[in-house]
Amino acid sequence: MTATITPEAAILTEAAPQPPPVKDKLVIFAWSGELDKVWPTLILATTSAAMGTETIVFFTFWGLFPLVREGRGITGQNWMQKMLALMNKGGTQHLKLSKMNFAGMGPAMMKSLAKKNGVASPHELLEAAQEMGVKLIPCQMTMDMMGLTREDLIDGIEEPAGATTALLEAQGANTLFI
Amino acid sequence: MAIAVAQTLDVKGLSCPLPILRTAKAMMQMEPGERVEVLATDPGSVPDFTAWCTKTGNALVETSQADGVFRFVVEKAQR
Repeated sequence: MTATITPEAAILTEAAPQPPPVKDKLVIFAWSGELDKVWPTLILATTSAAMGTETIVFFTFWGLFPLVREGRGITGQNWMQKMLALMNKGGTQHLKLSKMNFAGMGPAMMKSLAKKNGVASPHELLEAAQEMGVKLIPCQMTMDMMGLTREDLIDGIEEPAGATTALLEAQGANTLFI
Repeated sequence: MAIAVAQTLDVKGLSCPLPILRTAKAMMQMEPGERVEVLATDPGSVPDFTAWCTKTGNALVETSQADGVFRFVVEKAQR
């Protein structure tokens, strides 16, 4: 004898929740501009790409400054943006530590220790990220607010985009907010 | 008999994640089935190479240690 399924039960079976498939993809929201945050961001992004995982880093707020071209000097259109550029040198060479900065002595010592221990510098890791196909997306809103143009940023990055693009990329992916 | 390797990567003295990054980069230029020998001193590379091979499907055909140097032989996955 075969069991009969009532139409109600059939509907229930069909409606059973399915876990969404997790994509082999990592999206990092890089919002911090300190050496001790930028470093792990780039280490995780490069390693993720080396593991064959599609990897995207969305650079926003303070996190955008590591993408500024080295030696770009004072950027911005008004005095506030110019002040900001003066106090916050772009690129990966002048990043500060979130603690024990000691007016730059902390980062200098950290870099010396890193070199001694064969740890890749943020600059080296950023280049490796580009080589390994990590998509680096600068935040358009941050650029506008901080007075940074596309020419102020390094080559080999994606076109600037907004929160919607970043969140769409993050759908079904693993995400990190650093 | 020693296993034939296509190339040797010396990453001695380098820390995480460089041993893996250098290996991944080298393997991008290799043919499936080819083997690379990696010499490292970072103790963290022992679990990391296992994890990396699990994820990428490349085969970790040998792991050994001598005089503080770890030797990994990785065979590129058929794809």
